[in-house]
Amino acid sequence: MIHIVDLHKSFGSNKVLRGVNLEIERGETMVIIGQSGSGKSVLIKHLIGLIKPDRGEIYIDGVEITRLREAELHKVTRKFGMLFQSSALFDSMTVAQNVGFGLERYMNFPPQKINELVKESLAKVGLRGVESLMPHELSGGMKKRVGLARAIAYNPEIILYDEPSTGIDPIRADAINDLINMMKKELGVTSVTITHDMKSSYKVADRIAMLYEGRIIEIGTPEEIRKAQNPVIQQFIHGRAAGPIVNW
Amino acid sequence: MFHRERSSLLYLFFQQLGELGLLTLRSFKNIFRKPWEKKIFLQQMEEVGVRSFPVVSLTAAFGGLVFGLQTYIGFHRYVGPGSEAFGGPIISLGLSKELIPILVGLMVSGRVGSAMAAEIGTMKITEQVDALFTLGADPNKYLVVPRIMACFIMLPLLTLYGDIIGIAAGFIYNVFIMGVNRIVYLKNTLLYLELWDVVSGLVKSAVFGVIIAIVGCWQGLRAEGGAEGVGRATTRTVVLSSISILIVNFFLSKALPATLK
Repeated sequence: MIHIVDLHKSFGSNKVLRGVNLEIERGETMVIIGQSGSGKSVLIKHLIGLIKPDRGEIYIDGVEITRLREAELHKVTRKFGMLFQSSALFDSMTVAQNVGFGLERYMNFPPQKINELVKESLAKVGLRGVESLMPHELSGGMKKRVGLARAIAYNPEIILYDEPSTGIDPIRADAINDLINMMKKELGVTSVTITHDMKSSYKVADRIAMLYEGRIIEIGTPEEIRKAQNPVIQQFIHGRAAGPIVNW
Repeated sequence: MFHRERSSLLYLFFQQLGELGLLTLRSFKNIFRKPWEKKIFLQQMEEVGVRSFPVVSLTAAFGGLVFGLQTYIGFHRYVGPGSEAFGGPIISLGLSKELIPILVGLMVSGRVGSAMAAEIGTMKITEQVDALFTLGADPNKYLVVPRIMACFIMLPLLTLYGDIIGIAAGFIYNVFIMGVNRIVYLKNTLLYLELWDVVSGLVKSAVFGVIIAIVGCWQGLRAEGGAEGVGRATTRTVVLSSISILIVNFFLSKALPATLK
């Protein structure tokens, strides 16, 4: 479904991605782990066309997207929903307008149908009666859930989660993990999650890939990653300060 | 070392100029492409136009009063007592061609341009601009084009309103405060003030409107680094658009004909 081939990206002299290769199957949940600043967000933003690579290709259902014009790209990005790290809810809009935004743009539904789908999406993430609230009236966990409702409202085939458990307490973070698993089970979506939270990774992942120094250094099931011999992976998954990773 | 610093500054200058050029080109292309963001456009018309009325009223009134005052002194001192009534056309011409378009431009760049940079800059650093893209909206069409169109339309309207207030203030100062002959003042004003004097000021203000919107949106879209970055973007917007308005005003004054007769 998603095929990343030899992806390179630099910002000035900072080489963030140095040849990423990764294949994600339809319906699976791929978790990409790595240190803060290792380029996980940069990688995920390439998938949806927010960042153009310096070199390399990305295929979504066989379509190479890195050289598409914006109008053609939007046909592909229609397949994606994204939960942003900061939720990225539009400050000037109510919860209902936020959730309905993608429906208006992508589906061209009448207002009444949009209202119904907004309520349905909010119910899926466990929220009711919040349609008229503004984002500043919501807690961190509620913002994440509204962000997720917005991402799933137009039935995307792929959902990208950028650090879904960052900035919220462990209980709410676990509730978000449950929601990610529910999305997979009930909607059958393909998920790409980036995180440095190992507890969350083990709970939601079908496979885990580790991004280190601009490359994917290991891919495997949570069990395989736990047992990986690579000292970089062992240091990261156990959160040890001492080890081969020193550039923090 | 100095050579390298100079060349990197030059590189940065051309890079930013290129960025601005591309944004402008893209925005002008998008003006003619559907769908139009009518709701955002109307919101911006209100923000740029209606909400700027108080500040434009005050600026134009006091600009007209002080211009009326100095013109009165000038005529009284250099031409002689009794000649002050001939100041009417000069006040009207100076206000409608130069002073009001510039004052309105500077006021709106401070009030609206900075707000645009702050709003879009905040959206940029909180990933709302990225969210727009992922939800099927072109950030340029959604954020930049309605602001350019609103400024392009509202700045001339604000300037026309400012002209009326400023000219009235000059009249009030001369006629009601200094006792200048009302009939002669009005007759001279109507005789020598041409429609083009007012229209050329409106043309200039439309250009200033486009400058304010493009600079504000450009700075907002390139904001990075949190609250500090947004602060920098707003400051740069006010400085860059104010300087641009003053420079462009001179060249437009040179380029536009003094009269159409």
